[in-house]
Amino acid sequence: MPSQIVSLVVNGERREFIAVPGATLLASLRESLGLTAAKRGCAQGACGTCTVLVDGRPEVACLVAVETVAGREVRTLEGVAAGGELDEVQSAFVDCFATQCGFCTAGMIMVAEALLERDPDPSEEDVVEAISGNVCRCTGYRPIVIAILEAARRRRAKSPQEEAVAR
Amino acid sequence: MTDRLAPTYRLAPIDTSTFADERAAAGTGVDGGGDFTVIGSVVQRSDARGHVTGRTEFFEDVAPARLAHLKMHRSDRHHARILDVDLSEALAVPGVLRILTHADIPNNLYTPLKLIGVGPDDEPILAVDKVRYLGEPICAVVAETEAAALEGAARVRVAYEDLPPVFDVEEALKEGAPLVNEYHGQNHFIYEGHHCRRIRFGDVEAAFARADHVFEWRYQSAPIEQAPAETTGCVVVPQADGRLRIHSDTQACFFTLDNTALILETPFNKLRIVGGTVGGGFGGKVDVVVEPVACVAAMATDRPVKFVYDRAEEMQVSSPRAAERIYIKDAVMADGRIIGRKVTLYVDAGAYARHTPYGTTKAAAHLPGPYSIPNVWADCHCVFTNRTPSSAMRGFGVTIADFALESQMDRIARALDLDPLRLRLLNAYRDGDLKAHRKVAEGTALVEVIQKAAEMAGHELPEAYRRMSSTTREGL
Repeated sequence: MPSQIVSLVVNGERREFIAVPGATLLASLRESLGLTAAKRGCAQGACGTCTVLVDGRPEVACLVAVETVAGREVRTLEGVAAGGELDEVQSAFVDCFATQCGFCTAGMIMVAEALLERDPDPSEEDVVEAISGNVCRCTGYRPIVIAILEAARRRRAKSPQEEAVAR
Repeated sequence: MTDRLAPTYRLAPIDTSTFADERAAAGTGVDGGGDFTVIGSVVQRSDARGHVTGRTEFFEDVAPARLAHLKMHRSDRHHARILDVDLSEALAVPGVLRILTHADIPNNLYTPLKLIGVGPDDEPILAVDKVRYLGEPICAVVAETEAAALEGAARVRVAYEDLPPVFDVEEALKEGAPLVNEYHGQNHFIYEGHHCRRIRFGDVEAAFARADHVFEWRYQSAPIEQAPAETTGCVVVPQADGRLRIHSDTQACFFTLDNTALILETPFNKLRIVGGTVGGGFGGKVDVVVEPVACVAAMATDRPVKFVYDRAEEMQVSSPRAAERIYIKDAVMADGRIIGRKVTLYVDAGAYARHTPYGTTKAAAHLPGPYSIPNVWADCHCVFTNRTPSSAMRGFGVTIADFALESQMDRIARALDLDPLRLRLLNAYRDGDLKAHRKVAEGTALVEVIQKAAEMAGHELPEAYRRMSSTTREGL
């Protein structure tokens, strides 16, 4: 089976690269595109450290054969901080001490982004459910859940103003 | 709202005002205005911004050009003689660059604690004539791609002659047990001529003879894998000046550098470690297991080499917290005073010493717990078996001993129908007490900690117990 050229829209930009047969989305992001925020924790879909958004949905990139998502929209943590400014989820993770070693952080934040996109006012149970596929071995889940709830609050507080400006 | 996470599970951010009174009383902290204190104030982690933007660079995020990949062929036996290693099929795999065996390692035999004078060297980097645990590395396949390295490793053929294994610490110490590690010559570590780490303080047998009660129980723990989110690994990059740059997730940069230099028989200044960013360690990344062989591979191929455990290797061969078996026999008076404690403790080192001789010493140093007991006898054995070598993990040597000691205290309290906190207050060490190791206890705070915990938990203590102090034996 020959290698093939795959095209993805990554963080809003069209990217083309050569993928060897069986290349995963994770390997493509990390090795072909130099986007290393998504991590390889288990390479078997069990830990969530490689989570990215495909068309807005969280996916474990280590289990996705890259050719199956050709042409689709992929969002990674690198695409979250617009112009170096932290977004509400990122700043809440910093302020609520929701990081320790940092290895699960990218996956946690991407899951949170997808959740808040879908539901701007999630309950604690919704947050727990959303991160249930992501393993953290240091901090424990409590500060992470708090950070995501805090991010939702900050985003809701910000939205009316932004809308006013836009109008 | 779902039932399973119903009402009691409401989270609130950590309340930093908890100790405001203490801070104010001390005249320090943000409210007190001291410039050089951070206690009680909120200080942001310096690495948090890197973590939330994905810019923190972990070792596996470096991608040097011409990177080669290393995969290990590992023992599929617990204990066996190696009769033959056939590399021909593996070498024929397209993309395989080189296969390293023990003959390629300059100083193949090591033990990590030799840096602090612990010996003997007892572990090969790559197996020589024998394997002593399931998953022991035998040869290292270096290839153009990870897939080629994996296939090469799978095509190494090893002929074994099985030897009887031993998996139980007490079985291993019996006469006639299979000898696990020839470099030690017996199935236990020798401490300055003694078969174990010992404590002899007072006369426990006399205490048992005059005690109102004697309680003896057995405690056992399983090995515990640290399971960090990021697996153990490194990327070694040969430099133009002949040095090797090692990107590693080790928890112990300098310790790794020194051990690797000894194994490579190279001056320390030929190596440079880039580290300090660790995707979870918990003690599991203290051993020096990936860097030396990756360095040899980089030198042999003159290419950057990555050697990183996959998740299965992390679970199977990275060294866990040791399994321990602990027997505690106590001489106890009717009022709850413990007058004698005898402990026989076995730590399962697995096939090689690694950090377990030290962990066993820590266990001995921790006995008989934070209690003043006038008669103490302890034998703490560091035992070799054909299990995965154990090593460091958060408070190793101490955590399992505490599980046993505090379980013992609770069981004594239950057996004598005593309040478990009062039993502890009665026996807690005080400043000035001579401990079993002939060291005078100072700065003890157990009494106050128990009193505060009781108060916070709403556990009533009688006035006499509330008046107790760590600084005096009054009221005992």
